[in-house]
Amino acid sequence: MKKHLIGAVAATAVLSPIAAMAKTEVHFWHAFTGRLGELVAAQVEDFNAGQSDYEVVQTHKGNYSETLNAGIAAFRAKEQPNILMVYEVGTATMMAAKGAVKPVYQVMAESGASFDPDAYIGAVKGYYTTTEGDMLSLPFNSSTPVLWVNRDAMSAAGVDPDSDMSTWEHVGDVLDQLKAGGEDCPLVTAWQSWIHLENFSAYHNVPFATQDNGFAGLDTELSLNGPAQVAHLSAMGQWAKDGKFIYTGRRNEGGANFRAGECALFTESSAGYAGISSEAKFDFEVRPLPYWKAVADEPQNTIIGGASLWVMEGHSADEYKGVGAFLSFLSTSDVQAAWHQNTGYLPITSEAGDATRASGFYDKNPGTDIAVIQMTAKQPTANSKGLRLGSFDQIRGIIDEELEAIWSGDKSAQEAMDSAKERGDALLRRFEQANR
Amino acid sequence: MEKRVTFRGWLLPLVLIAPQVMISAIFFFYPAGQAIWQSLFIPDPFGLSARFVGLGNFEFLISDKYYRASFITTAVFSLLVTLCSMIPALFLAVLADRLIKGSGVYRTLLIWPYAVAPAVAGVLWLFMFNTRVGVVSWYLGHLGYDWNHVLNGGEAMGLVVVASAWGRISYNFLFFFAALQSVPRSVVEAAAIDGARFWRRFFTVILPLLSPTAFFLLVVNIVYAFFETFGVIHTITAGGPQQSTTILVYKVFSDGFVGQDLGSSAAQSVILLFVVGLLTVIQFKYIEKRVHY
Repeated sequence: MKKHLIGAVAATAVLSPIAAMAKTEVHFWHAFTGRLGELVAAQVEDFNAGQSDYEVVQTHKGNYSETLNAGIAAFRAKEQPNILMVYEVGTATMMAAKGAVKPVYQVMAESGASFDPDAYIGAVKGYYTTTEGDMLSLPFNSSTPVLWVNRDAMSAAGVDPDSDMSTWEHVGDVLDQLKAGGEDCPLVTAWQSWIHLENFSAYHNVPFATQDNGFAGLDTELSLNGPAQVAHLSAMGQWAKDGKFIYTGRRNEGGANFRAGECALFTESSAGYAGISSEAKFDFEVRPLPYWKAVADEPQNTIIGGASLWVMEGHSADEYKGVGAFLSFLSTSDVQAAWHQNTGYLPITSEAGDATRASGFYDKNPGTDIAVIQMTAKQPTANSKGLRLGSFDQIRGIIDEELEAIWSGDKSAQEAMDSAKERGDALLRRFEQANR
Repeated sequence: MEKRVTFRGWLLPLVLIAPQVMISAIFFFYPAGQAIWQSLFIPDPFGLSARFVGLGNFEFLISDKYYRASFITTAVFSLLVTLCSMIPALFLAVLADRLIKGSGVYRTLLIWPYAVAPAVAGVLWLFMFNTRVGVVSWYLGHLGYDWNHVLNGGEAMGLVVVASAWGRISYNFLFFFAALQSVPRSVVEAAAIDGARFWRRFFTVILPLLSPTAFFLLVVNIVYAFFETFGVIHTITAGGPQQSTTILVYKVFSDGFVGQDLGSSAAQSVILLFVVGLLTVIQFKYIEKRVHY
């Protein structure tokens, strides 16, 4: 082993000057393991095999938070990668780090790579562009919440599996019937804050935070204690009390219950497709996320979750050319269509969506296009473009805590959201101070 | 009567203590100094700029009622972990000490859990009490008790305490067992001849003789509960539900490494440094006086 290592070091030492002349290395840090990790590795291999000027080196750096931390620590040590994957929650942190990141539109312009910002799906791109429309990071994996239905569980409880569940009003009726039919777990959710507050607000076109959800300035305040959100959470709280909504945890713990066939309805990311389709031994279906008819006549669009690729400052012009080439490779229709079909993540360009449709994938896998339709049906508004809040991971933690207080009956929805606003605003003020 | 051995000259003693001084300086004084320095700033995560705020970070923390609540959570947690790891350990040590045959086997088996890393222990307990697939929660369900540490703060606290104390019982067992072996047979036999039964002998003779060990373990266990239980909490509850298991050291981690708020995180670690320093001083000043060596 040791000998092998020394050999490898010696070989690198001897070869690297030649290799550096021939190929420019581009370092790419990401957060994917398992199947997703393999797919990323395959994309990188394809890119490396397809041209001879650049060599992309991909490295897995842990989960989303760990990858971001690794990137930050590396920047402080002046050893940052060229491309860093950052989850959507870290967007405001990256944007505020002027001098640490190089906006993607600039990288593309300087590298001369082909780049058409309009090719990207608005609701995806919107999350990562400035209010002026400049794209700061390249959307990589994006998903959006949908309603998963266990049709067998519905039938077993004596409920018509084709019941209308387009609105929460209808879902409420279905939950009553499921409970009456003896279903122990009528509804579970994953990522409660993301689905039932962040997406809820966008979907009903009400603000989650002031200043266009933080897009327009750092002096933003949470407005998640508005009447629409409180009404939804009150209903959910009542369902929790009645045993119609079962709380399983802050992340996607509920997925295990749903995939095992224990729950009838499940609000989860569209990217749950890979897991559910491979594990579920029951007849399942994807439905659009429900909305409240009492709040909005028709739903706005949902927003995304996932990650984007940020280009870090402090590298040579040559390397940035390589970065540009790699990013435009990732945006090509073929790469995107394959990614979308393999993972359940959204295609980031409309062209990739069209290619997928043309290939007949949606006909063979019904429901896989619902997420795309849900995101693209309407032009995003200031309330549905996305969220850009500092310290957002911590704020989500606070929201999780307050939601738990609702589910356990410790607090009313209004009290909990007022408290979430107060605590979250304190963190937003600190972020504003740190980044003034 | 104190015996003193003195060195002649300065060079040799300096050389002899130099390694320890260097280790303390590099691994303690330097980072502690850095933490104190950083606690005076609000930096951005990338280290591009830092705003000097004086004691602003401390003011922010003290005015945060959730931070203050975290002190109480930490006190409750440390107390429970210390009690739950010391009392069973002492009990097991006494029983193992009385064994005539096979005490070696028991001893070895009882030490095993100490080899399990806190994070792994956390995952083990999490699986047993998992609300969906856990063996224990399934059994409790059959008894009519609906176990749900995901929503019930008391149950969550109980679970992290048990998971933290479990491996620690082995460690404490080792020390108590060694201490029991060194209790002079003659005093115990004298008490027996005077007619004292086993438990009376235990409380009046053996326990006082164990007090130095018990005191040492008290200090070590509190420090353990403060700092080393991080892995257990991170894997089982991540500080929830609400904030019922967010102890001080977990908050340092989540604010610093999840929230990227390094100023607040540094200020919290400075506060933690003082709290533990203070606790240790109190222990040595007051409790140690009651310990018989």
